[in-house]
Amino acid sequence: MHSTDIAQVDPGELIACPQCDALYRARMPGHGERATCARCHTVLIAPRKRAGMIIIALAAAQLILVLGAVWFPFLKISRQGFVNNATLLDAALSFTGGPLLVLSLAVTALIVLVPLARAILTIYVLGPLVFDRPAPPGALRLFAMSEEMRPWSMAEIFALGCAVALVKVADLAHLSFGPAFWMFAGLVFLTVIHDRWMCRWSVWQALEHGYGARRDKATA
Amino acid sequence: MSGPVTARAAGFVACTRCTRVWPGGTAQCGRCGKPLVSRDTHSLSRVWAWWVAGLLCYIPANLYPMLRTRVLFTTSEDTIVGGAVELALHGAPFVALIILVASVAIPIGKFVAIAWLAVSVRRGSRTTPHSRHRMYEIVEYIGRWSMIDVFVVAILTALVQLNLAASIKPGPAALAFALSVIFTMLSAQAFDPRLIWDRAEDDTDAGPRA
Repeated sequence: MHSTDIAQVDPGELIACPQCDALYRARMPGHGERATCARCHTVLIAPRKRAGMIIIALAAAQLILVLGAVWFPFLKISRQGFVNNATLLDAALSFTGGPLLVLSLAVTALIVLVPLARAILTIYVLGPLVFDRPAPPGALRLFAMSEEMRPWSMAEIFALGCAVALVKVADLAHLSFGPAFWMFAGLVFLTVIHDRWMCRWSVWQALEHGYGARRDKATA
Repeated sequence: MSGPVTARAAGFVACTRCTRVWPGGTAQCGRCGKPLVSRDTHSLSRVWAWWVAGLLCYIPANLYPMLRTRVLFTTSEDTIVGGAVELALHGAPFVALIILVASVAIPIGKFVAIAWLAVSVRRGSRTTPHSRHRMYEIVEYIGRWSMIDVFVVAILTALVQLNLAASIKPGPAALAFALSVIFTMLSAQAFDPRLIWDRAEDDTDAGPRA
């Protein structure tokens, strides 16, 4: 905005667009507003009221749903009297033998471990902040880790994969959904909402300075 | 109207993970720990390295069978395209379309888009940075969805184990395809989108600033 004096501002008060490097003075947008980059339109700051509590609740629900989806039968197949149940873990570990084992481990990570880890990290990092307590040890690094994992969390893609699999074997055998499938569908829904509620800038800011002015731990 | 000042022009270096701004020359983000570079100069070589690795894996992924299906005593092997064609012929054209889009159109489109972005950053382009940036966002967002075919194979393998009646086993293409998707995701992540906008800056207003 004021191109001449922005270089003199304390860098802690600035925000740079991660996509195009445009520099702004960070200011909390008004109620119901979002701050976007004027050049490339990337959303920079999008806070929501009481988002912390909702994000924690969503993460806790995700945790329960992932664990549930792992234990309960996922899909059931029957043909000519033969019946087979598969859990999520069966699907993840289905590539056995030789080099395909690597694929099993990768699929397990993408559909079970990464979503699980992100839910746990969210609760650990944001939980104390929501209840006005200082950030837990290592919070900044752990939140950074959770952010790095974001593109590798593929639960929603797996859910669409189930639908495709269903059609693919439709003329081969009869297929039906188990309880875990619906848990997993719920998980996908929650993940989408979760990512919409989370304003990353606000979280980083809160982790750096503590929530509000009450707990001023400007140790960085 | 001239564009906003960049962190680099103002003498700062910005963290692309947590958007914190630091004085120029800072080596590591003091907030999230990410190594800081004003412009990732090695970005393009990493982009091309992953790109080539992804392409090399994509070729066997299409040549070898993805699925080995045995119904009673007949065994059939399906490649990605072959499986989709079969689905279309068996009256599920919509699902065939999903498979074709996710496993053929998206990967090939991604290879072309990443290559074009990487070249245009070096050579300049007449396309506006807005549309190139849009393309980068689409590539980054959509790349993960190619994994769907691997998941379908995983689900079918786990599920269709019905003794004599029918069974499905994965083929070698599943591994090659998964690696191809992962490598192209890494290729897209290695790209530094700030390079798109730098070039635009040089092209449009090379005048003095600050």
